[in-house]
Amino acid sequence: MITVDDLRVTFGHGADAVAAVQGVSFDVKPGESFGLVGESGSGKSTVLRALVGLNHDWTGSVTIDGKAQAPRRDKAFFKTCQMVFQDPYGSLHPRHTIDRILAEPIAIHRLGDADARIDRVLRDVGLGPQFRFRYPHQLSGGQRQRVAIARALVLEPRVLLLDEPTSALDVSVQAEILNLLKRLRAEHALTYVLVSHNLAVVAAMCDRLAVMNRGRVVEEMDVAALRRGEAREGYTRQLLRASLGYDRAAADSFRDFA
Amino acid sequence: MSDTPLLEVENLRISFPTRTGVTQAVRGVSFSVGREKLGIVGESGSGKSMTGRAVLRLVPPPGIVTADRLSFQGEDLLGMGEKRLRDIRGRRISMVMQDPKFSLNPVMTVGRQIAEAYRVHSDAGKAEAKRRALEMLEAVRIRDPERVYGLYPHEVSGGMGQRIMIAMMLIPNPDLLIADEPTSALDVTVQMQVLAIMDELCSSRGMGMIFISHDLNLVASFCDRILIMYAGRVVETCRASELHNARHPYTRGLLDSLPRLDDTRAELPVLNRDPAWLEDGA
Repeated sequence: MITVDDLRVTFGHGADAVAAVQGVSFDVKPGESFGLVGESGSGKSTVLRALVGLNHDWTGSVTIDGKAQAPRRDKAFFKTCQMVFQDPYGSLHPRHTIDRILAEPIAIHRLGDADARIDRVLRDVGLGPQFRFRYPHQLSGGQRQRVAIARALVLEPRVLLLDEPTSALDVSVQAEILNLLKRLRAEHALTYVLVSHNLAVVAAMCDRLAVMNRGRVVEEMDVAALRRGEAREGYTRQLLRASLGYDRAAADSFRDFA
Repeated sequence: MSDTPLLEVENLRISFPTRTGVTQAVRGVSFSVGREKLGIVGESGSGKSMTGRAVLRLVPPPGIVTADRLSFQGEDLLGMGEKRLRDIRGRRISMVMQDPKFSLNPVMTVGRQIAEAYRVHSDAGKAEAKRRALEMLEAVRIRDPERVYGLYPHEVSGGMGQRIMIAMMLIPNPDLLIADEPTSALDVTVQMQVLAIMDELCSSRGMGMIFISHDLNLVASFCDRILIMYAGRVVETCRASELHNARHPYTRGLLDSLPRLDDTRAELPVLNRDPAWLEDGA
């Protein structure tokens, strides 16, 4: 479904150039859920932004749904591939009703039948029609994230790119959103690429994952191996250790991986 | 751990009058802190941050704070004059906030800010303050203190900024540190390193600490004791090592709803909020 080969992204020019992504390659099969894990600055979100066409300045090759993608995407691409962002407080227009937010992609793609589509997608994300004419500030964080997911799903895409979809939410709400994303993937046969710094979230959501550090993929593994703690690379083992909770001795043993 | 608590809080209430009525952010919270690490855990809106702020009388207006008792080493904090409070704030009790980006002065080098924190609370001269600030930067494991001393906040990383905040808060050698989500903005490995620094400084100086966080696992592994807050009340208190035996359905629900690395549950249990939790009797 998704093939990324030798993706490179550089920000800035000359002496100030920062190579944010330095030759990343991976494959995601149709219907698979793939996790990208790493700490801040590892380039995981940059990879996702290049995939969805928000970043035009990259080299390498990106193939999505059998089509090689140019840096700039046409309208049809966004019908196939949609993205959900981290912060539901920032990603919804504060002065548009939920109805208008969800109607916009339908109008852009001239799909018609907006009324039935909005009604269906709201039910799909567990919100119900009573939310339709509210404004984002009238909703909780979890409800907003449901709206953001609904906005992505209203075009019936085949690929959903998720950038830290639950890290701005409380843990009890996180569980609801993760369950929702799992159910939607099963019902609509979606392919997911999930970016997260939280290994437990990736373990709950994904089939396979790639661990990134400083713009490179350090290790690719399946989630069963992650659960068993079978990491080959020192960096992955350190990340695993850190996500288990505070341990004085472990903290002292941490080092930087170049 | 000595027997006399550093801080005693009894029946703390914080309310905010709004156009639509009075919102009660904290509704009768009681606890005490000795020379230990006390964790306060709760979700957003549970009142955990407001509780921390109330101790230093930093609840923003129009918030109204009342308590049967709010005392630091036997001295009443609520009735105290502003002048006396300034001796305590920063000097005896200090506070680390969540995000170093918004807590540091952007137009002053980090070194000068740390030195200033020291000079405000002592009679030390400039040179002495600088020497102490450099020592403190070293204590929070900043590799090249001389270089970092001259940097501006935008020139340091998040992890380093948080270490600088901790250095600034610890330089007056306080008895009690209130840390409000001090590591939530940091990567997990950096978070561990920053916690190790606080842990060490806590035990070597015999400092008490209130650690406010939403992260149950982190608090359970870091603190000695935990208060779990829900809707402005403490619903459960337990030793950190006993958290997995927690009895309150809210605590249980929170623990269950966390995804774990080793679990293969097809679906995460969702917390069903019982209106009875809002009532007394927890």
